[in-house]
Amino acid sequence: MSGSRLRSLLEAYSTPVLLSSILSLVVVVVWMNASGVLAQTVTDALIRVVLVVGLYIFVGNSGVLAFGHIAFTMIGAYATAWLTLSTFKKSFALQLPAILAEHQYPVFPSAIAASSLAAVVALIVGIPIMRLSGISAAIATLAVLGMFHTFYNNWGPWTMGAATLPGVPLYVDMWVALGWVVFAIFVAFIYQRSRYGLALRATREDEFGARAAGISIPRQRLIAFVISAFFMGLGGVLQAHFLGSIAVKNFWLSLTFISLAMLIIGGQRSLTGAVVGASVISAITEVLRLVENGIEVGGTTISLPPGSQELGIALVMLLVLIFRPSGITGGRELRLRLSRRARGA
Amino acid sequence: MIGLLQHVVDALALGSLYALTALGIGLIFGVMRLINFAHGDFIMIGAFSLVVPSSAATSTLLIGAWPAPLMVGGVCFVVIALALATERLAFRPVRRADPSVLLITSFALSFFLQHAVLAVHGGRAKSANIWPHLMEPILIGGVRVPQLQLITIVVTLVLLVVLVVFLRRTPMGIAMRAASEDFLTARLLGIRANRVIATAFAISGLLAAVVSLLYVAQTSVLSFHMGVPLVLFAFVATVVGGMGSLTGAVVGGFVVGIGSVFFQVVLPAGWRSNRDVWVYALVLLILLLRPSGLVKSKSIEEKV
Repeated sequence: MSGSRLRSLLEAYSTPVLLSSILSLVVVVVWMNASGVLAQTVTDALIRVVLVVGLYIFVGNSGVLAFGHIAFTMIGAYATAWLTLSTFKKSFALQLPAILAEHQYPVFPSAIAASSLAAVVALIVGIPIMRLSGISAAIATLAVLGMFHTFYNNWGPWTMGAATLPGVPLYVDMWVALGWVVFAIFVAFIYQRSRYGLALRATREDEFGARAAGISIPRQRLIAFVISAFFMGLGGVLQAHFLGSIAVKNFWLSLTFISLAMLIIGGQRSLTGAVVGASVISAITEVLRLVENGIEVGGTTISLPPGSQELGIALVMLLVLIFRPSGITGGRELRLRLSRRARGA
Repeated sequence: MIGLLQHVVDALALGSLYALTALGIGLIFGVMRLINFAHGDFIMIGAFSLVVPSSAATSTLLIGAWPAPLMVGGVCFVVIALALATERLAFRPVRRADPSVLLITSFALSFFLQHAVLAVHGGRAKSANIWPHLMEPILIGGVRVPQLQLITIVVTLVLLVVLVVFLRRTPMGIAMRAASEDFLTARLLGIRANRVIATAFAISGLLAAVVSLLYVAQTSVLSFHMGVPLVLFAFVATVVGGMGSLTGAVVGGFVVGIGSVFFQVVLPAGWRSNRDVWVYALVLLILLLRPSGLVKSKSIEEKV
């Protein structure tokens, strides 16, 4: 490959390369310097990035809000638990069919299988729902979340109902999370530059124009919906294996709201926005948490009253929305210009 | 037969609460295309205004201890003031932004209000017993019906009539309907945007205050997330009814309320915990059959 080909390839993929490099750099710096607590925080933030990128693949490219994506996260989280819990724990807590109850599957294929289950569910519910437009589609996905939430909450033999399901093997650390984040970022980018992604983005900009150009809106939305659900499911898988336990109540409105808020605050129209939103909100949350616990500045300990973390994050979100309604990135992508013309300019 | 009448009253009373909440959301959506998730927190704060702010485990009544007319007035005042303040401080600066930004702003506001109450009152649920005598049933044709349910239905009907008269007969009401049809043209014709939107928020606050009183009278429980299920079903109701239509919001509220009670009654005992699955399935079905809702609104149709 000649130098100029390599350069143009690097330039074309500069957005995912840069985003992945920055996140990797953060991980390396934390790995070299910091305590285990910070590593945990970074892992948690990286899992959020997977979720928000997953959400972005549908919401960002289609311009249709979706309130139901956390259902896929829950499906992924429980599916990986059914596959990877030890047979002893399964026999204690759940009543699963023999193929699940009598085996313990390895974690990597399980992660793929669990995320794929979320994608298959999205395909089934998506076929009717993607025919709807705008706010009706958003509410229909909310209804899907409501159905799965209620159902899992009462599905004792498979989910332990409203109780917390413990004993999910812990294997997700900063590096595993980083690996999946890089994968998610590249898939999201390759999708948005593919003809499917471009067609969907065309429907976002001008629905009637796109339709007149022969684009099937339901089909393009469905494709994004399914890919998006895969990564939402993957986020659930990672969270389950990071925390070691799962509960239905954690996959409900607050996770829905915070993920959507991260996307919109970062800038819903670009992949960079999704990554920036998730990272910035996670970082601010962590800083506020530290300050709430008390922080030493010049010999005196400053601490905020309990509960100020949530109030602070809500205020920051409101301020960003008021002063930058199109998000921190304003829908622009981070990119590198290497071509001669750009260098000359 | 007697059982049936009781279920009908239950369904209408629950439907009334959803309809009033949906109407509060629908009014704001009409004038500024904002889906206000924080509406549930207006209801929640109205309820908490009944008690003295403290993190003590037992609650002492504050506004809740006043005589009934003062209590109603007090709660309405608090919630209307809150609604107007949120409009001025949070929603006015983002008014021109994309509807999704407006929505997320209301999420953030909702999060803020809930955690503010959590910080002041603590996380434990509190009790506030107002109007306990209303829980005593009265006999109508051999059926024991709780007075409160009847009052809920009557209050809802009265409010609906007053609102219809306001929207059809008063200059401000007509201005508000014009703004819902086409905000830009309405402004060009000299309607004051700020005043119309502020009025819509005030009415929305009033409706929220009434819901808080009726809801607390029924449950006697206060918690910082008590508004969430109400606003969720009301939100679903506005869409099922037809986004942008106030009649639709009311119809949707009753459909969701009646649907909930219907499934509660007809599902076999073992399935009842899954009632909401059926309610949401009903919602999905209605949306798939009538994507623009039961009552179609002309103003919301997308124009080429």
